[in-house]
Amino acid sequence: MATSNPSVFLLTVNGQIEGANFPEYDDLYCKYCFVYGHDWAPTTGLEEGITQITRKNSQSSHRLIWNFPLETTFKSTNPSGWPQLVVSVYGPDVFGNDVVRGYGATHVPFTPGQHTRTIPMFVPEPTWRLQKFTGWLLGRRPEYTDPKVVAQGEGREVTRVRSQGFVTVSFHILTKDMKKMGYDIGPSSPANSASVTSGWSTEEQQ
Amino acid sequence: MASSSDIREKLRKKRRALQETLTKSKNEDDVQALVPSTKLSEEKRQTTMQEPVGSEEDPGETLKRTIRAQRQRRKKRLLEQTLVQESHDDDVEEISTIQPDGAEEGSAEKADDSVISLRSQTGSQKGLSSRAQQTPSAQSQSIDDFVKRRLEERLRAARSKGESLQQQEASFEPASRLQGLRDRDTVTRFDREVDPDRSGRHDASPALSTRAKLRETARRIGKGLPNAEEAYNFFTFNFEPDPPDGSERSSVKRRKQRKTADRDEDRGDEAEEQEEAEADEENEEENENQSEEAPLVQNEEEDLFVIDQSPQDFLEVKKAVYIGYQNHIQRESEHLFTPSFRTVPTSVKLPENMKPRYLEDEGLYVGERPHVSLTNENILENRILKMEEGMKWFGDDGRIMALPDPIKESSTRPPLFHMEEDVDPSLQTVYRKALKSKYANLYIAGAADPEGDYQLDVDVSGLIFSHHPLFSREHVLGARLAQLYDQYLTRQHNNLTGHLTDKLNGLRSALRNMLEIHGGQSLTQAMQQRFSEYSLEIRTTRQLRDSEQEKDRTLLKNIVKVWKEIKALREFQKFSNTPYKLYLRRENVDRASDEREHEDEILAEVVELEAESEEDYQKKLAEYNKQLEEWKLWRRKQKAKKKKKKKKKKGQTHEDTEDEDQEASESEGPVEEGPPKPEPPERLDFDSIEQQVREKASRIRRKPGEAILIPELSASGNITASELCPRSETARRQDVARRSLFIKILYNDKEVSRTDSRSLNTDFRVHFGQIFNLKIVHCPQSINLQVFEEIGSSCSLLARVFVPVPEPSVVTGNVPVEEYEFSSNQRVMFDHEGVGSDVPLSFEADGSNKQTLLTSGKLSCCVSWGIGEDDVPLAPPVSQQPGGIHSGLGRLDAVTYIGASGLYDMKKIGEWATQSRLDPNDPKNASIMQLLKVASSGEVTAPEYFRLEHLQEEFNFVTDEELERSKRFRLLRLRNQEVAEFRNYKCVPALEREVTDKVFQEYEKRLKEGEIIDTKEHLDSHRALVAKYLQKIRESVINRFLLAKHHYILSDLVIEEEIPSIGILGLNLFKLAEPKRPLKPQRKERKKVTAQNLSDGDIKLLINIIRAFDIPIRRPQSNKPGQVPQSAIQSSDWFLNQVQVRPFVEVSFQRTVLQTTTADGPNPCWNEELQLPFSAPNGDYSNASLQSVKDEVFINIFDEVVHETGVNDKDRGKSIHSWVEKHWLGSVKIPFSTIYSQSRIDGTFKVNTPAVLLGYSKERSHGANGGYDFMRSLSEGTFITLFITMEPQLVPGETIREKFDSQEDEHLLQASERFEREAAQGYPDRPCVSTVIDLNGKTVFITRFIRPLNPPQEFLDAFPNNPRKPRSALVARFVSLIPSLPDRVSFSGACDLWSTCDQFLTLLAGDEEEHAVLLCNYFLSMGKKAWLIIGTAIPEGPTAYVLTYEQSRYLIWNPSSGQYYGQYDTFCPLQTIGCLVNADNVWFNIQEYTTPMRLSLDVTKANLWKPFFSRSFSHPGLSSVQPEELVYRRTDKAAAAELQDRIEKILKEKIMEWRPRHPTRWNRYCTTTLKQFLPKLEMSRGQDVTEGHRHELQSLLGENRISGFPLHLPFSEIRPIVEAVYSTGVHSVQASNVEFALAVYVHPYPNNVLSVWVYLASLVRT
Repeated sequence: MATSNPSVFLLTVNGQIEGANFPEYDDLYCKYCFVYGHDWAPTTGLEEGITQITRKNSQSSHRLIWNFPLETTFKSTNPSGWPQLVVSVYGPDVFGNDVVRGYGATHVPFTPGQHTRTIPMFVPEPTWRLQKFTGWLLGRRPEYTDPKVVAQGEGREVTRVRSQGFVTVSFHILTKDMKKMGYDIGPSSPANSASVTSGWSTEEQQ
Repeated sequence: MASSSDIREKLRKKRRALQETLTKSKNEDDVQALVPSTKLSEEKRQTTMQEPVGSEEDPGETLKRTIRAQRQRRKKRLLEQTLVQESHDDDVEEISTIQPDGAEEGSAEKADDSVISLRSQTGSQKGLSSRAQQTPSAQSQSIDDFVKRRLEERLRAARSKGESLQQQEASFEPASRLQGLRDRDTVTRFDREVDPDRSGRHDASPALSTRAKLRETARRIGKGLPNAEEAYNFFTFNFEPDPPDGSERSSVKRRKQRKTADRDEDRGDEAEEQEEAEADEENEEENENQSEEAPLVQNEEEDLFVIDQSPQDFLEVKKAVYIGYQNHIQRESEHLFTPSFRTVPTSVKLPENMKPRYLEDEGLYVGERPHVSLTNENILENRILKMEEGMKWFGDDGRIMALPDPIKESSTRPPLFHMEEDVDPSLQTVYRKALKSKYANLYIAGAADPEGDYQLDVDVSGLIFSHHPLFSREHVLGARLAQLYDQYLTRQHNNLTGHLTDKLNGLRSALRNMLEIHGGQSLTQAMQQRFSEYSLEIRTTRQLRDSEQEKDRTLLKNIVKVWKEIKALREFQKFSNTPYKLYLRRENVDRASDEREHEDEILAEVVELEAESEEDYQKKLAEYNKQLEEWKLWRRKQKAKKKKKKKKKKGQTHEDTEDEDQEASESEGPVEEGPPKPEPPERLDFDSIEQQVREKASRIRRKPGEAILIPELSASGNITASELCPRSETARRQDVARRSLFIKILYNDKEVSRTDSRSLNTDFRVHFGQIFNLKIVHCPQSINLQVFEEIGSSCSLLARVFVPVPEPSVVTGNVPVEEYEFSSNQRVMFDHEGVGSDVPLSFEADGSNKQTLLTSGKLSCCVSWGIGEDDVPLAPPVSQQPGGIHSGLGRLDAVTYIGASGLYDMKKIGEWATQSRLDPNDPKNASIMQLLKVASSGEVTAPEYFRLEHLQEEFNFVTDEELERSKRFRLLRLRNQEVAEFRNYKCVPALEREVTDKVFQEYEKRLKEGEIIDTKEHLDSHRALVAKYLQKIRESVINRFLLAKHHYILSDLVIEEEIPSIGILGLNLFKLAEPKRPLKPQRKERKKVTAQNLSDGDIKLLINIIRAFDIPIRRPQSNKPGQVPQSAIQSSDWFLNQVQVRPFVEVSFQRTVLQTTTADGPNPCWNEELQLPFSAPNGDYSNASLQSVKDEVFINIFDEVVHETGVNDKDRGKSIHSWVEKHWLGSVKIPFSTIYSQSRIDGTFKVNTPAVLLGYSKERSHGANGGYDFMRSLSEGTFITLFITMEPQLVPGETIREKFDSQEDEHLLQASERFEREAAQGYPDRPCVSTVIDLNGKTVFITRFIRPLNPPQEFLDAFPNNPRKPRSALVARFVSLIPSLPDRVSFSGACDLWSTCDQFLTLLAGDEEEHAVLLCNYFLSMGKKAWLIIGTAIPEGPTAYVLTYEQSRYLIWNPSSGQYYGQYDTFCPLQTIGCLVNADNVWFNIQEYTTPMRLSLDVTKANLWKPFFSRSFSHPGLSSVQPEELVYRRTDKAAAAELQDRIEKILKEKIMEWRPRHPTRWNRYCTTTLKQFLPKLEMSRGQDVTEGHRHELQSLLGENRISGFPLHLPFSEIRPIVEAVYSTGVHSVQASNVEFALAVYVHPYPNNVLSVWVYLASLVRT
């Protein structure tokens, strides 16, 4: 229960990977993982996951729907290294090889409430044209050594990427004890502050 | 738990008791009137719940006491029968606690129930029950009556409920059973409440298991089968399969049975009917709760009996309820309706006696009905028919009424296709996101409103060139003349001279007045002040006037001069280009008055000047007098001094007074330089003053009486026509005519308009006269006019004129046209008369006095705000304009705004303000005065220093001190710096107080202990020092790598397929044809796992032990030393019968020990796979951590020896005891780091066998047949074939390819890079090294490491008369004795640092490379031909060996072991030779094979060995990095001896520690004997051990069975020695009479290289 002087604050991330918009591709699935700093530790929930393969509706929309729930709680002592959600989308190419269709990352929103994020996706480009061709032929496109690369800024300058579709993620964020630790996130009315001290603050900030 | 028979008996008893009590109660309570009870019952039947509660409350209370008394009595009686079982009691308790929940829930369901708490409930029930008891007979009638009806009703209802209720019942069954076991108090109707909470809390499984039985019972009861007896029988059968439920079940049933029995008693023949109801009763309990009155009756009835029953009475037996499938369906069919899809006959659908009428037939229009499939229609009809008023849906024709189909057949909308390519382009929606303009904020507020339109009028009237490249000389002069004239005109207009003269006159008269009034006497201080001020003012004014007058005069002179020049020029060139004409108008003056004025003026001036000079003189004089006084004073002093001195000196010596005096004066003279004698000031001569004044007057003023000259310039002159001009002039004029100009108007840097193009006039004026009205929406930022010159079709930008944005008050009509000057620095030259621009030009005949003219001119234009219809200026509001100077300052300068004022030089402003005599009352100056006041009040102190970031403090997070003090910040900082202790530190606490000091302890300790040497762990101070040093290097290297880690290349981030070459493609194609299951499968590469998501136990070390060769065999025990067993002597049957050796292999790793089965013979074959678990230190499976694992895999070969002792036991006869001993034969150790970096190790290794193995001998060539034996004889020793790998395969840490700085030549580096790249492309599996990194982290070319270096002198002197061989072996041994420490272990990253030989000898630890380099250098200095081999070997992987060429054969030296091999040696561990290095060159192997056996090692053959330095790129003469000479420290024998003792002590302690359960006895005699052997072994370097040694031992120790061996190790630390001893397993001998012997010998070599011998033996007395 809420103690008067907490030593950690909690961040609960609920939500779902709603779907994606990849106009050219079909039969995609999505992997996600959270990347966070040293001072963060997940307390419950899955840190990584993989969605079902989804196929576009043949008629109306071109959206791929996963509706894959995210539910993770982090505890932390330091907002530095705020969790980021890294998603990577894979699907078969013409020859049926599983290739990557996009990488993307977004920070978990830090204001409590409901948020929707549309993550632009990209894939690394082959160095040479010939590689592009052979990659296409053999189904071995360039991939990041680790999808978590897209959550860091270091060393990205050596890569070239091509943008590729979007993934939509909705978040429902709850934080606890952040205010008590002295981290003020966004405006809050005095009415809210009462609820903040009492526990989880769920007021919507949008 | 009571058995069923018990229960039966009890039941019977209880029944009897019940009957008794019932009759008793009847008798007792018969007095009660019947009426109220019936009334009550009726009430209960009809009234709501509330009422019964209210009515019952009172009698309940009154009756309670009597009842209690009764109960007490009855209880006593019943007590003997009662058998309350513990478990049941528990259950009761449990339920009773839960009960309130149920009660509450019940009350929640009904609002009226709120009155009923559990207590009142029970209370009321007591009341009820007692009342019921009082009137049993009367009540029973009514009850029976009532119950009957009720039950009938309920039966119906319950049936309808069907199965679902049964389930519910099952779920609350466990609760209901308790009724039977409980006191009547707790028995309430709430027990039976459907309580999800309770049912959930009870185990679901018993409920489920009971369900089936219940159903069975229910079925039977439902059929009305069971009567009391039947039910009794039924329930007394023990049919319960699961005892835990048994009691529950039976209790439930018994209770029910009892109930039925009771009823039988009461109601006699009604019982049967009741019975039927009984079945559903339970189901109905729920109903009871919901219906108001019923439960009371029910409870009353129940409680009535319950009260007086012991728990056993409630063990009611009831049939398990089961409803059969048919039954089920039947029930369902009562509630469910499945519409059939058969056609409904028309007759049903129509009202009776009606015929269907078909409108269609009657000719009426009937629309087409919407299509519904026939089945669906039938279903619908059937469904409707079931409904009430279903008929109304049918029409006359017997069909469902329907409107005609509303759907049109053809679609009214164009079809939409969603395939992308098919989308009609006209229908495509293009979504464009609304973009916010970045100019949005530039709009003037309100600009969008219709009334808020702003208009800027730009009037471009024309331009005049003051210089143009096409000017002729005359033009230049003309322009100058015009300019001067302009100046003249402006001066005239301003008339400064006149003003100043007037002012001067005024001042003079004022002064005069003052003097007159006061008469020159008794001037007050203030008056004097004013007087002096006035005179000062006069002086400055006069000076100003004089200068102005001078200017006027020079201007006039200049005008005249230029005009004269023009005239001269016109005459010279014989034509005129300009129309200028200067007239000088003479204005005559009255000579007399003029002269008088002039004289007055001069006189006045002279007087003033005189007065001034007088004043000046007085001042100077005063000063002079003062100075004179001082001087005199000083003079006097001097004299006095001199006199004194003279007197003194006279007193001393009389003769040389003169000299002394002179000397004194000389010496004093320079010392005391007095003030110089001041000069008296000169009084100025009045005549000269007058002279000066007059001169000046004549210079700057016209002469008195002279006419005033007024120049007038007119352009009325005529220009010579072009025909009359010379050709060059004509050309110029033509050029002029060709030019035209236009002006572009740019608003906010955007061209908004341009004027018409006007041709250039001959007078270089262009008239535009155009007004542009700009309607603007953006804030005006700049208005720019660009002047363009057009020549033909090309136009060029001549100049830009920036026009200020007008104030809002500036509106069209009231603004004069302003002239803006412009100029251009373009250089233009012409070959005609045009003078050009930026070209020097002279008007003098001799070409001197050159001028350079630039194109320039004036643009006359005006910019103003337009005026609207009703005279409203169309200007934006003022607020957007910057305010006054000072407010503007404040706004512009954030620094002053924040408050860091005083940065401006207030003093200067102040000075300026006082000087300029600002009127403090002028409102215009108010702000400045204010500022000055503020500034001067606080004596403005501008800071004496300059700060770069004067706002830093404002932005500092915390102060530096606080940052230092805070532990949390410190932790965060250290982590950010990636300090080893804090790297990847998780969860830095959020609060300061939670950071404990403990966190830093280790770190601080390390910092503190940097210098302190811990000798305890290292036994040797030098080693400790070295370890520290190594640690330091390691840290610096790690820091470097940490930096390097942050540099990425593409392959770090992106996995990309290599471009497949043709060869690979071909191979892949070839692979398709490969057999799927080849007969000889090859080991395939497994998928590699990045070591991130691993945990303990995930990694296993797989060790496949295949076979061994040449294991030493046992020597038969023989007490005769002389008899040497020879193989030749052995008979063949000995060979067959005698077990030579029974070896097995034991592998120990991280203290896990596994062993193979035992095989036979000296060449065993095991072929076994052992799996050893691997756990990383601290569970950290990162690459860096795995690389630094120092653990080693010990593979020991043991001999299993079985000893048998026959024991004769008197009782049991003879028995044989046998015990197994294992004798160590040899070991191979492989560091984990090698396995990790190699990922697999496959090969045959030489087993490290002890030099002497007591009890064993090498027996070989029993049959010297076959080549194999011959081959084997080449290599001595035992060999074992192994395959080691890890599961899963880990990715070894990537090498750091950071470019290190280097002092090498850039060409060399490039060449080496190219060399390595080519090598890697051509032969990817051959290591090629040309540059290496030294300890300083610099890239160094490899050949620099090779240089002949002297080995220790004592080795060279060792065998003075022997040939080289032993010496080189000795040197190799010395090198091998330096402990080996892989770089990747010490540097935790896969980097290879090369240290020079002196560094290596200082560190006494190094990789194979260092060993190899040192050995190679020694060999070179010994005059051998030696090379460094860069190659791969087993088990080390990429390594360095040494190659020597002597006696026409090549020898390969393993520098780490000191062994050497011939080129064709089978067991040479070197597998691949990549390149050879010597001091001059690097050769890369480009032969087909890599194994030394199949190579030609002749590096001179260029087609086999590719040299680095060739003819095209010759050796640049690289100097060596090695020192000239190695200096060796003398061996320290005393230290070695000390170390020897310490090792021995530690080992003994360890062995005792390993044998915690057995006493460890040391055989001192044996130890001393062994100790004597060890130096001998060292001398012989472990070889050539004489047989005598063993015999000696044997003879010494007599009948002891001895097994033992010496171990030999290079010394680095104590830990490896202990490990090695442990791995031999000597300590594990279990025999009771075992004794041990341990001897240690440390042999010192130069430079503290130590060779450690440990002799271990175990003795068993036989």
